[in-house]
Amino acid sequence: MVAPEPTPARKRELDEQFTALYKAHLRDVFSYAYYRVGNHHDAEDLTEQTFLQAYRHFERAQRESNGRPLRPWLIRIAHNLAANYYRDRSRRPQTALDDAGVLPEQHTTETLVEHRDDLKRILECVQDLPDDRREALIMRFALGMDNREIARALGRTDGATKVLLHRAIRQLEELVKKSEGAGGARGEAAAARS
Amino acid sequence: MSSTADFESLLRQALAPIDPPEELEARVETHLVSILEVATEELEAWELSSMKDPRNWIRPVVAVGAGTAAGVGLAVVRTQRKRHKRRAAASHPLDLAERTLRDLAHEAGKLIDEAGRRLG
Repeated sequence: MVAPEPTPARKRELDEQFTALYKAHLRDVFSYAYYRVGNHHDAEDLTEQTFLQAYRHFERAQRESNGRPLRPWLIRIAHNLAANYYRDRSRRPQTALDDAGVLPEQHTTETLVEHRDDLKRILECVQDLPDDRREALIMRFALGMDNREIARALGRTDGATKVLLHRAIRQLEELVKKSEGAGGARGEAAAARS
Repeated sequence: MSSTADFESLLRQALAPIDPPEELEARVETHLVSILEVATEELEAWELSSMKDPRNWIRPVVAVGAGTAAGVGLAVVRTQRKRHKRRAAASHPLDLAERTLRDLAHEAGKLIDEAGRRLG
């Protein structure tokens, strides 16, 4: 059944709501896009496309959301666009984030600088995770989404999402440990040579 | 990295949210304008004679839809940008609401004029 065309007053209301959604979640969508594609340029493109697409389908999403938050829907659009981005351009996620040497502004305090190598290693290992696990971690830790929100964004059940997150963290821990071991072995070998 | 809690704390730091560049908001607005322009060009190129062929109906209808959506979005974005000025000038909430509506109508009028000029 085709929905009736919204009245002008309803359109104004929808536009105000869309503006609020845009302002509230620009940072979320950009963060998600950035950790997904690994560079600022493509993350900006992806963010832009996400909001343009969201605007086109906003009325329907509002109607079908039953008052639930729209952030998972927004992130799902970004998720689908990111999948197309890799498919269309035969790209893979970049292993190193384009500014991995210059971590984001939030990482500039002294305490965080001490952990700089750990953080860089973690970021690199996140890129080595399978797509669904990597995305679940980005949603949880970069966007602060809860299990229910992540489940809606990924189109899974709450239970499956909980398991997915658990496995993602375990696998990442393993990857980081291996990476630390490899780094340590390389360091020892270099020291023995000198 | 001793415990899971420590690891998750590091993970939270590694995946800290990133502020989007300031110009991104302007880029989205620019893109909305470009959609509006493409939609207008589609309408310009559309000749009435082609209406006889139903296969030609889809593109103009899509163009009108995209143009309308982009135009309304653009008017809202432009209106939002002036909100600080309006807040400073408004004496009370009702006055602010009135000024906001006036700005929105003004921006919408400007967009209609621009589209009208392009269609000649």
